[in-house]
Amino acid sequence: MNRRFALRWVNALIIGAAGCLFATGALAQAKGGTAKAASAPAATVQTIKIAYIDPLSGPFAGVGSNLLKHFQFAVDAINAQQLAGPGVKFEMVSFDNKASPQETLTVLKQVIDQGIRFVVQGQGSGAALALIDAIEKHNERNPAQSILFLNYAAVDPDLTNSKCSFWHFRFDANTDMKMEALTTYIKDRPEVKNVFLINQNYSHGQQVARVAKDLLAKKRPDIKIVGEDLHPLGQVRDFAPYIAKMRAANADTVITGNWGPDLALLLRAARDAGLNANFYTYYAGVIGTPTAVGPAGENRMRQVAYWHPNIAGYPGEKQYTEFKKKFNEEWYALATHTSLTMLADAMRRTGSTDPLKVAYAMEGAKMASLHGDIEMRAADHQLLQPLWISSWTKVGGQNKHDVEKTGYTWKTEVAFPTFVASQPTSCNMKRPARPQ
Amino acid sequence: MESIISQALIGVSYGLLLFMLAAGLTLIFSMMGVLNFAHASFYMLGAYVAYQISTWVGFWAALVLAPLVLFAFGAFVERWGLRRVHKWGHVPELLFTFGLSYIVVELVQVIWGRAAVPYRVPAELDGPVGWLQSFNVIFPQYRMFMMAVAIAMLVAIWLVLTRTRIGLVIQAALAHPQQVEALGHNVPRVFMLVFGGGSALAGLAGVVGGNAFVTEPAMAGTVGAIVFVVIVVGGMGSLAGAFVAALLIGLLESFGKVSDWSVATGLNALGAGVGPGTPGYEVLKLTLSQVAPVLPYLLLVLILIIRPKGLLGTRED
Repeated sequence: MNRRFALRWVNALIIGAAGCLFATGALAQAKGGTAKAASAPAATVQTIKIAYIDPLSGPFAGVGSNLLKHFQFAVDAINAQQLAGPGVKFEMVSFDNKASPQETLTVLKQVIDQGIRFVVQGQGSGAALALIDAIEKHNERNPAQSILFLNYAAVDPDLTNSKCSFWHFRFDANTDMKMEALTTYIKDRPEVKNVFLINQNYSHGQQVARVAKDLLAKKRPDIKIVGEDLHPLGQVRDFAPYIAKMRAANADTVITGNWGPDLALLLRAARDAGLNANFYTYYAGVIGTPTAVGPAGENRMRQVAYWHPNIAGYPGEKQYTEFKKKFNEEWYALATHTSLTMLADAMRRTGSTDPLKVAYAMEGAKMASLHGDIEMRAADHQLLQPLWISSWTKVGGQNKHDVEKTGYTWKTEVAFPTFVASQPTSCNMKRPARPQ
Repeated sequence: MESIISQALIGVSYGLLLFMLAAGLTLIFSMMGVLNFAHASFYMLGAYVAYQISTWVGFWAALVLAPLVLFAFGAFVERWGLRRVHKWGHVPELLFTFGLSYIVVELVQVIWGRAAVPYRVPAELDGPVGWLQSFNVIFPQYRMFMMAVAIAMLVAIWLVLTRTRIGLVIQAALAHPQQVEALGHNVPRVFMLVFGGGSALAGLAGVVGGNAFVTEPAMAGTVGAIVFVVIVVGGMGSLAGAFVAALLIGLLESFGKVSDWSVATGLNALGAGVGPGTPGYEVLKLTLSQVAPVLPYLLLVLILIIRPKGLLGTRED
């Protein structure tokens, strides 16, 4: 076969293929046309892209990829039940911000360029503060392309106080609320005498340390703060020096807002050094930490959170077991579920996917979620929800869900109804004109 | 007192781990003149390989096998990569290792994922050292073991380099490669052995460091910069210098990290009466623990200014 002959064959093939494509396209168009004429526009599927901006590389990659699965899981459930209204489908698009505020702004530009109008972020209040600011400015300049920010885990109180924004909604309890619950619990525990505070050196960690000192001074003035450290975020591999310092300071209680490897490594170093202290944490339930602690944390490790797998009545048990079966990882971030469900609900109620309309519909929205009744407070866009303090205990009886195959799990110490943890806000929100 | 002893032990054990890493790097540099940017990635690779082997046949086998795997990997890289680039001079070599470091990290992420792997300390070495407990010092056995491995490695390198025939050839090849080649020794093969050996040392550090801390793709980045500080402060190419500098930086880390001392408290101890009203108080009140992460780099800059050849370095270039 000579070359010219071959070329001719290729040409024929291309023309043939193009002809086929054209024919099927015309056919499809014809079909679509008849369908449109026959029934309502509901038959068209509208895909709403949701940008996930969180660390997918670096020290927090493990947490980031686990939480992306949480969102994927929530999206699948919402799409299956058509919660966002008939024909509205959610789709997650992930962006790696490497846990850095600067990188977050870079990927936000990509999000804007791709025309994505909904953003979820949670790992790191530093990144959240950068986002809230950039989105506020973007929406002011481009009202027709405004973006809605659902924050599922960044807990710096400023985000719903001095820095509050109409375009930001928070689905986790903030540090003021969590520490209020934690110190109410500590108030009645006489064994707490010498407290050591260790936190990550960025907005969230600094807030935890500040609020803890304020509230302890109010509720238990006899408690001594025997030490306080702020360490670089995600950089420390060896926490042994801090543990030695805690021992030297005779600390009987450690309060920390650390998360991810910063908590897992801290607790592992405490275990290796046999530190005899109780740990009050925000995030001991987050992936990796239970494994790092294991039996050493029995009755020593506590967490304050909006959920744990053994809450009486097992709300969310179905989600928990299904997720575990599907991904072989723990499901603990209920806020991934609440945030997208509330978003879908607002879209269904308004029959619109416009961020402005949806945001107004979410303000003051009330729902029954998997852990009780929740309300998105209109004044500051902070979700009001119940909180639990739980302790690390052997699996058994009511506490039946084995966490990360450790043989241990969470047991309710105290349950705080929604109103106890609610805190006043200083938010003075600027609102765009309400759509007609 | 107990607290000072435990902080010192923590610092020394961390310093010795840094030394294990720096030893391979400085050895390769002094023998071949190649600054291996991929060295920290070999450390990470060592930890992952050890983790994989330990899931099959246990930690003790991994302790022996993982460095051998890294030796083979290093030798392969030298034979089929670096040697070809060598004839173009040092800058291409540098760029080659720089690119390699990224490739290794990506490779690890493809194989083992981006999250940390559960590489554990063996059960035999879990728990605190018994005899230290009687002094009210609680120190993990595994860190003691880490120190022992580092010391054993130091002695072994020293014996190989000074007491064996191959060691003498290596030293000679370093100073006068053409003459050694003229004497009938295969200099390229010596270089391959040195590069493989250096990689094996990084791998060994990965085996013991991976489970002492955490085995994750970011582990290369976190030690990479600090290892360069160690070899520059110690003096490029000086094994003894690397040893001293590694211990110095280890102690600086462990004591610096937790010290509440600041310039303000120091001045107040002298009766200066520094308070929030003093100009520059924001800077003066910074505690040592807050600036601790920068201290090694400050040391690097100071050493380069005051003594460019490093603490125990001999090179003037």
